[in-house]
This record gives sequence, structure tokens and C-alpha cells, in this order.
Amino acid sequence: MIHAQSVALETMDQPLTIAGRSFRSRLMVGTGKYRSQAEMVGAIDASGAEIVTVAVRRVDLDRSKDESILHHLDPGKYFLLANTAGCYTAEDAIRYARLAREAGFNAFVKLEVIGDKETLLPDAVGLLEAAVTLVKEGFQVLAYTNDDLITALRLEDAGCAAVMPLASPIGSGLGLINPYAIRTIKRRLSVPVIVDAGVGTASDACIVMEQGVDGILMNTALAGATEPVHMATAMRHAVLAGRAAYLAGRMARREIAVPSSPAKGLIV
Amino acid sequence: MSPLRIQVNGEVREIAGPAKLTDLLVHLALDPRTIVVEHNRRIVRRDALAGTSLAEGDVVELIHFVGGG
Repeated sequence: MIHAQSVALETMDQPLTIAGRSFRSRLMVGTGKYRSQAEMVGAIDASGAEIVTVAVRRVDLDRSKDESILHHLDPGKYFLLANTAGCYTAEDAIRYARLAREAGFNAFVKLEVIGDKETLLPDAVGLLEAAVTLVKEGFQVLAYTNDDLITALRLEDAGCAAVMPLASPIGSGLGLINPYAIRTIKRRLSVPVIVDAGVGTASDACIVMEQGVDGILMNTALAGATEPVHMATAMRHAVLAGRAAYLAGRMARREIAVPSSPAKGLIV
Repeated sequence: MSPLRIQVNGEVREIAGPAKLTDLLVHLALDPRTIVVEHNRRIVRRDALAGTSLAEGDVVELIHFVGGG
């Protein structure tokens, strides 16, 4: 029953459209760090996500078995979004993006240029440089960035198909640190704003979606949960709930109480 | 049949020469449909693998998709 209602909610909302491609689900998920491929497949299925991220890496030559993730994910069922995770320069990110396009099924790339090993925060300068080049080469760039308005605006100007500000650092599970910055970015940009990284649990995802952003991408919140499949179900509902609450328009905050029951008719 | 020393994914490997990129993939038991080949920093499309010769000292990267966020 809950499932049927969720699907109704998904179909009630406008689809998420990125560079002319429409998606029903506003939740995107990663494929890293799962304890098993079966658990990953179960969690992705439970999340209802259509866009699924993958990373580009060297084949392990000493492995006799081909461990490509494509054996576990049906490219007909999911939209595979390659990332440039692990790249610290624009040059590396561009190289990875080109390889990903050759290996993959579309010209979309989740562009990451990381500036610091401890925080994994994006390098805005390298990111912008890589985005400009990749857009010229015909890529649809979804740029993982800081929650900084000016960088987000520059990325949009560079022709990015979507801008992906972080909620908090990758894998931190700290939730949405600066809702004001995320709302500002959403208000000022025309391209989709997808919050990427930092959510830890369902309430975090719900709060992110309540800011009015177009979608959310997560990995560790699912893979790092005790029960990833159950957490994926929770996240699916949280994203729908947050989106629905945003569309519904919340009541005004006030710092004094207002009674819900009539003041009239009290027995005195 | 002189052996060629090439670098594959950062490791020095020997393969019997003359050899094409397809020979290297067969040698490593890799399915070309799930990987991408970069040869001396240039991406080689699948249909060009059989026509691309390896030379001593070449640098080859064999990449694929793995789990990631």
C-alpha cells in the first residue's frame, strides 16, 4: 500500500529533466562500497533510482574473472552515469570522462575534480576548467561542486547540464550543513540542481528535498547502512516526502504558539 | 617472434611480437566488449583494436566501470 502511494507520488510530480532526458525518480544512487554485488542490486532496486553512478578504473590484470560492474547492472534498466571520482586535476578528469564515454552508453558525466585528500572537497578552479573543455567536446556535464553560489553560476555559464552542490563532504553522513546556500543556488540557477554527497539517513534526504532542489545523489548512506536494502526503501520515501512537502508549501515559522483548537466555547 | 615489452596498467608485460591490441586482450583473457583501451594516451575504438599494432615500450591502459559514487 505504501509502495503504491509512493509510485502515485512519483507520477504526480513533473519528471526530472536533465539535458533533454527525463527521469521519474529524483533519487540517484552510487554503486560503491557495498558488501556484495547482490546487496548493491537489491538496494538500487529498492531505491527506485533510474540514474546509477559508476567509476572508471583500471582492469585488475591478476584477476582471472572480469569484475566489470556491467555484469550486475542492466544498462537497459538503469541510466549509467560515469563519474571522474579520484581525479585531482582537470587534465585527469577530462581523460577519465573521455574513457567513460567510450566505455559507456551516453555522453553524460558526473564531473569531479577533487582539491583535497582529507575533505574530498571540490577544486572549483580545476572543475570549471574541465567543465569548459568537456562541454566543448559534447559532454553533458553534471558538476560536483561546493555549496558556493558563484562557482555554481560559473558552472552553469560554462554549459553544464546540471550542478551538484554537496550537502556535506563525501561519505561523511553529516547531512545538509547549509540549507541557505543550497536554496540560494536553486533559486539562482536555471539548470537542475542535484544535491550530491553527505546525507546519512532518511531525514537528511527529506530535508535536502524540502529545499526545493531537483534531485539528490547518494552512495554511502545506503552502502554503509546496516541494512542497505531497507535504507534504500527509507530513502525512496524520504525523497518523495521531502519533494511533496516542498511542492505543498510549508506553513510559516513563528516563535509564539498559536492554538489549534478554538478559543471560543471553552467552559469557564 | 621477438617478445615485446610493453606497459599495461602500470605493469611491464611481455607479449610475443608482432602483436595487435586484440592479441593483447586475448593474451590477458579480457572481453573487449566490457573494456576500453587507451594506447599511448589515445583511445582506440573497439573496431580499430585488430588494426592497431603494439611496439616496444608502448603504454596501454585497460579500463572498465567499477562501483562508485
